[in-house]
Amino acid sequence: MTLLTVRDLTVEIGAARPVEGVSFEIAAGETFALVGESGCGKTLTALALLRLLPEAARIESGSIRFAGEELLALSEAEMRKRRGGQLGMIFQEPATSLNPVMTIGAQIAEALALHGGGASEAKAVDLLSAVGIPDPARRAREYPFQLSGGMKQRAMIAMALAGAPQLLIADEPTTALDVTIQAQVLELLARLQEARGMAMLLITHDLGIVAQQAQRVGVMYAGQLVELAPRTAFFSAPSHPYARRLFAALPAAGRRGRLQTLPGSVPSPAQRPDGCRFASRCDVALPVCAHEPPPWREIAPGQQVRCHLEEPRKVGAGGTAQSGAAVPEPPPATALLAVRDLAVHFPIRRGLLQRPVGWVRAVDGIDLELPAGRTLALVGESGCGKTTAGRAILGLQAATRGERLWQGEALKGLAPQRMQMVFQDPFGSLNPRLRVGAIVKEGNPTADVGALLAAVGLEPEMAKRYPHEFSGGQRQRIAIARALAVDPQLLICDEPTSALDVSVQAQILNLLVELQEERGLAYLFITHNLAVVEHLAHQVAVMYLGRIVEQGSVDEVMRTPQHPYTQALLAAVPRIDTSGKADRERLLVPGDPPSPAQPPPGCHFHPRCPRAAARCRAAYPEAVQLSATHGVRCFFPG
Amino acid sequence: MKFVLLWSDFLFFLLVAGGVIFGLWARRVEHQRAAWRKVGQSRVGMAAATVLVLFLAVALLDSVHYRERLPGEGEHYAVEVRSVLDALLTPLRTRPEKTYSAPLATHSFAKENIAGEGRDFPRLKFGGAHLGEALSRHGADIALRCAQGLGLGAVAGLALWLAGLPLRRRAPHLAWDAVFVTLGVFCLIAGPLAMLAQGYHVLGTDKVGQDVLYLTLKSIRTGLLIGTLTTLIMLPAAIFLGILAGYAGGWIDDVIQYLYTTLNSIPGVLLIAAAVLMMQVMIDTHPQWFSTSAERADARLLALCAILGLTSWTGLCRLLRGETLKLRELEYVQAARALGVSSGRILTRHILPNVMHLVIIAIVMDFSGLVLAEAVLSYVGIGVDPNTISFGTMINTARMELAREPMVWWSLTAAFVFMFVLVLAANLFADVVRDAFDPRLAR
Repeated sequence: MTLLTVRDLTVEIGAARPVEGVSFEIAAGETFALVGESGCGKTLTALALLRLLPEAARIESGSIRFAGEELLALSEAEMRKRRGGQLGMIFQEPATSLNPVMTIGAQIAEALALHGGGASEAKAVDLLSAVGIPDPARRAREYPFQLSGGMKQRAMIAMALAGAPQLLIADEPTTALDVTIQAQVLELLARLQEARGMAMLLITHDLGIVAQQAQRVGVMYAGQLVELAPRTAFFSAPSHPYARRLFAALPAAGRRGRLQTLPGSVPSPAQRPDGCRFASRCDVALPVCAHEPPPWREIAPGQQVRCHLEEPRKVGAGGTAQSGAAVPEPPPATALLAVRDLAVHFPIRRGLLQRPVGWVRAVDGIDLELPAGRTLALVGESGCGKTTAGRAILGLQAATRGERLWQGEALKGLAPQRMQMVFQDPFGSLNPRLRVGAIVKEGNPTADVGALLAAVGLEPEMAKRYPHEFSGGQRQRIAIARALAVDPQLLICDEPTSALDVSVQAQILNLLVELQEERGLAYLFITHNLAVVEHLAHQVAVMYLGRIVEQGSVDEVMRTPQHPYTQALLAAVPRIDTSGKADRERLLVPGDPPSPAQPPPGCHFHPRCPRAAARCRAAYPEAVQLSATHGVRCFFPG
Repeated sequence: MKFVLLWSDFLFFLLVAGGVIFGLWARRVEHQRAAWRKVGQSRVGMAAATVLVLFLAVALLDSVHYRERLPGEGEHYAVEVRSVLDALLTPLRTRPEKTYSAPLATHSFAKENIAGEGRDFPRLKFGGAHLGEALSRHGADIALRCAQGLGLGAVAGLALWLAGLPLRRRAPHLAWDAVFVTLGVFCLIAGPLAMLAQGYHVLGTDKVGQDVLYLTLKSIRTGLLIGTLTTLIMLPAAIFLGILAGYAGGWIDDVIQYLYTTLNSIPGVLLIAAAVLMMQVMIDTHPQWFSTSAERADARLLALCAILGLTSWTGLCRLLRGETLKLRELEYVQAARALGVSSGRILTRHILPNVMHLVIIAIVMDFSGLVLAEAVLSYVGIGVDPNTISFGTMINTARMELAREPMVWWSLTAAFVFMFVLVLAANLFADVVRDAFDPRLAR
């Protein structure tokens, strides 16, 4: 039975149409995923369904029928009853979606009073336990700041469930969460959906989540749906060239070397081409694509595509990468930089005299070796201390103890000519008041800006422009050029692609690989994205609560992980296998990472560890050397 | 004739010269020119700038001071210091009435005992004197002078427009129409005013019979001086201490914070009163420092600027400290540190340009606030020298005038209208400038 039918939905902001002619259906109990890069109109579509569009935007035309009722014809008062009632919504950022001065229980009770037939504390507690919050009666009396990110998202889900919705709209529900927490929340959503027969509109940019959760998939590009297909058909044979290129751009194991990239970026809503909107980035474009909009037609039962090609899926490159050639293994090198027992502790100050009463052990004694011309990936969840470690290795952050040896010689403070850093946020890392040329010359006034910009794939003329004229990917290239200007041998990359779209991420990763080959750069690559690690790294170190729990070559750590935390991390990543069947049986780590201010005694991981024994609670395990390169800190490796 | 350069004149000319040098520099630097071009393309910005230039012209004319040579043998000069503006406005200055008279009136505002005629409104000495006994022509005369003035204004406006044609051709993308419409409106207002002022007191007279139009025009210089000089005195301290506290942190931050919290916790008026009174005593005990009363009044004006500046830097300082704390953690500052850029360079290249919009807003906000503060201080008797004509002293005297029955409304209205136009133009202009310099708004 069809629950929601959207026909020709068009949203206007001024003269621009960020959503144009979108049509899809969602059946009762079904999960429909809307996928696309940022700026393609997914979130606006969801907001239009709830009639919660921002002030400037309006629904120009179309129809939204929900449970046999035309939503666009309802009055605002009637619509308010639907929102939060039959139509629930959860948002991306749990931290800002809850009111910080109300208890969790009171906020759920508010939703219950409006939609759930009267508020009662017992019902609120029931809902909290339904979303898997331990000790719900106590949690109901707590405030949002007392809950972790994952717990907050669970509380948000409980609020959305208060109205017993028939359709749950989830806008990037796990993007702000760590991978192990993401796995927990996704599992919860799937379970709730099954138990309550809810339909779900899942908005995401992560194809792995789609493969795992959705029954049907819609791909959006530049405001239009370009492909609509059942999951299996979509993952075994994506039809639209854009969908295929998206798959090819995904970094994954066994796909080392160059990623296929999409040149350019999504056209802005204000200046869209007449013909196919993807034509300028398409590798199989026909002459007709440039001026005639492609038709929306059915190519297989349930599979529709917006493309001129007769049989789109047979033309051009398939869904796999063009080159499987591995990066040539550079000869084993001596350590460029060795880190010995590095620790960064922040004091917790209390009282009138601001005396330290405790320490946050952000980094608690790590040993690393970075060979020249190779990539070491430092992996971990947020709060594990990986960024602080990177800053301490660079010298931006004073270390509490430990030393850094550059080719055997101890370093003090910064070493700008040797090490440089590339930051996460491409919008915060460039001074908006300086021209690109001045930014690149920052560390080295005599640098050849033109050559550097060319080296990172930009035009030399761009030196005269200001950063705001560039897209996220281009800004990241500028940041890399600035770091290269002083000709460093080591580049510390702190999540350089996590703020970027998949297709742009592929461009930056390719650039980093090229630069490594040309200049023999070494990278310390700090990331939470394991797929990127497999693609790029030679060696991997896994961090948990300020310490390195496992370290080794990429094959050793990724193929035969020994530490239970590494295993859990790897299992938590939603993966796409070629059949499109998601691997449902996954090892879920319970609970949240503990605070580094009060780490658990003994092995830090033991409260979440399935193998924990009495020994683990007593002492932190020493490193066990499994091979020349592979080390693990666990009493029960394997 | 002997030119007199008062300290405030010197500083004011220095300020204007600084503005001109900045303008010449900005013409050469491409991105500055691009931003200012954006200001030039904005109608609001150009109209506001035109109004400001007119005010500035009045203030400049009022800043060229001289002492007249006395007739007779030898080098003797008048004690009175006059400005070029005084010379231009001689008819207004030299035709005082006895006391209050309403705008364009022919008779005094209050009844008086007139010898032989009992109590009545006496004729004014100068206002409408040219009418003689033909008082029935009063209305017609005003209408005629208005019409003449409008005609004159229209001719002047047209002449300006024609003179501006080459400018328009040279820079066709700028919003010249806004400039010429503003100038046209100005001509159409100034024309009738000038014509009427020859025969009447257009805005009436005050308690001692001085022409209110003359007083308002003289007030412009005082307002501009207090608004700009005070900000200039306070800016270096506020900017330097603010970003230093935010960037350096630690004990430097503590010291600067203690300094401004302490300064802030002393009631501002008390502090200013104490400083002004000390200054007053100093001036009074050293009469030999000043050769004319104008110099003494000028010293007091400058002292007031300095004191206002010393007490008003804390707000901006606190604001800049907070913004710097935020900027310090931004990744481009971190990147600069990683590249080994020195702290001084980080402050000037990365922090300062990114807090400049706050500084511009603060200058404008303070400009209007300071003009008003001057009025408040004059009210409690610690403002400018009583001899100095300012909006503050005008508003202060209006306090008594409004309590009269019937009310004397014209000096307050005149001061209000002029101050309002000045502050509004400054606010609008600064808004446009800020938008033009904000790269995030750039399209």
